Amino acid sequence: MVTGGVTKFAKAHPSMDFRLMVKRAYDYAVKGIPNLTPDRIDGTRISYFSDHFSRQLKAASMVQDYLGMNPKGSVRIEWGGATGGECFQAAYEAVASGRMDVCLAAGYETMSRVATWKGNEFIALASDTNFDFPLGGFYTGYYALMVVRHIYEYLRKTRFAHIADEREAQRLAIQEGSRIMSMVSVKNHLNALHNPYAQYPKRLTVQDVLNSEMISYPITREQICTMSDGAAVVFLASESVAREFTDKPILVKGVGCGTDTMRLADRPFGRVPLMAHETPEDYAHLDYPGVHSFRAGRAAGIEAYRHAGITNPNRELDFIELHDAYASSEIQTYEDLGLCKYGEGYGFVERGDPFLKGIDYGFPTPRAGAIPVNPSGGLIACGHPVGATGLMQGVFAFWQLQGTIRKHFGDKALQLPNPKRGAIHSHAGTGSSVTVSILERGFR
Amino acid sequence: MKARPPTYTKFRDVQAELQKSGAALFRDADGVESLVIRYPYSIEYIHSYAEDSPFFLGLAEGRLRGSKCTKKRCAFVFATPRSHCMVCGAPTEWIDLPTTGRLHSWTTCHFGSEAFLKETPYNLALVEFEGAGSVMLARLKDATESDLYVGMPVEARFDPNPKYSITDVWFVPKK
Repeated sequence: MVTGGVTKFAKAHPSMDFRLMVKRAYDYAVKGIPNLTPDRIDGTRISYFSDHFSRQLKAASMVQDYLGMNPKGSVRIEWGGATGGECFQAAYEAVASGRMDVCLAAGYETMSRVATWKGNEFIALASDTNFDFPLGGFYTGYYALMVVRHIYEYLRKTRFAHIADEREAQRLAIQEGSRIMSMVSVKNHLNALHNPYAQYPKRLTVQDVLNSEMISYPITREQICTMSDGAAVVFLASESVAREFTDKPILVKGVGCGTDTMRLADRPFGRVPLMAHETPEDYAHLDYPGVHSFRAGRAAGIEAYRHAGITNPNRELDFIELHDAYASSEIQTYEDLGLCKYGEGYGFVERGDPFLKGIDYGFPTPRAGAIPVNPSGGLIACGHPVGATGLMQGVFAFWQLQGTIRKHFGDKALQLPNPKRGAIHSHAGTGSSVTVSILERGFR
Repeated sequence: MKARPPTYTKFRDVQAELQKSGAALFRDADGVESLVIRYPYSIEYIHSYAEDSPFFLGLAEGRLRGSKCTKKRCAFVFATPRSHCMVCGAPTEWIDLPTTGRLHSWTTCHFGSEAFLKETPYNLALVEFEGAGSVMLARLKDATESDLYVGMPVEARFDPNPKYSITDVWFVPKK
């Protein structure tokens, strides 16, 4: 990867349509690289999620036009919430296969074009329209079903195992889980205070998050990402030409992708696909994935780690930009990606591992800095313009690894000390498809 | 970089016409004006349940149908039916599921997508059935947040005036 750019994510950008938004991100990316001219770009991969939001089919062709990329090769990428992550990997494949030397990955979404609850309807059309959608058509409801089970498996059966009254034990476990999910929300909103691209940076307390509107029990408003308008672009180049554009290239070291059933109800109850640092005994009594975990995320992680030669992600990654559409799914994903074992996600938050060092979150984070997750603020605070999101993560990770956060954010609070390797993680509808890409510093 | 909230501004003397049509002019911090119009968009779809049809016809008769893999060594039972087995690829056959089960997971939705906002709050439940290898998503009625727990016994109810939708069946706490 040689450069990238992002527009500020916002609830609405009435003065920019999708073409202009992508152009702004593109201009930012090529600024200061005089030889990255259109004739050096061999082709493009363009992503947006929903034709319903665009009300313009083949909108990617219009982006291609607007950027002056015709007649170069291009294809539109769509894969639900993981659209941006898939676009990143499609561009990677174009370069890694030798087909292109320079590939532009560009993504956007314009979600402001309908009211929020209509937007929720469009998103829920990415669930089975025979069996799931007519029951409520609501993604937050689906993730709530998943986290209620996750809490049952990993808090009810452990911390509250001593309580005989089943209802009471589950009630207390959900309270505990909600408190810990809120810590994740506080983290991501607070990190974003130092990210000028973020849509909703703010200082919150755990109590603020718990007290925000109940959307689908037990998930509250501040634990959910928002709808956004925004665009992001990433330039990938072959190793033979990358240094012509930057003396700080970032290597795409590994890619992985996984899938699972569209319907939550069809998820199997089998065995856990193990990572190198786990043993079958770890999960002897666990039915997997059920609805409590994302098997697609695990599969994507396993493939990406193998590709990158990673055997212990917790030790070998310096940070992760992770698809936190919900605070709950961030915790579930720690486990899928092997940052901790299944069942340890809540303790992982309480110990402080995914928090940044040097930021006061309003509660103790003893192990802060161990493996920062969403140092940028993630989807919860940056926003989630679907087709741009996975590429936005790529751009933030790129700046992080280059050590150029201060230059791009005008603030160095989020710059990690000397990071060498990071991961970006993009996730679609209830975990029906997930991508993981490993980025590594490609310079001394 | 900082985007400010758009502000509504007067523009020449076409303001009245703009408002009448539902259109509006926005001006951003740099003075760039954008014309925003509104228009409706509605479609009637012609949707076939195709191979899932027997399930929806079953609901209208008060029957809850799953499907079972016809390959003897597999024999996987799907509580949400599918006409081919996800495990081995063989065709499945229709079976009747028990009309009682247990909550595998649940939630109460206080919001929903636009089409369902007027029905809030409503409960969603994943229901487990004895002998089935997968679960089923349904509405759960006659119970509130404080009543619900994983493992709770529930039983099916059917709409006497079927709409040929998954909402023709729902669950209630087992008496």
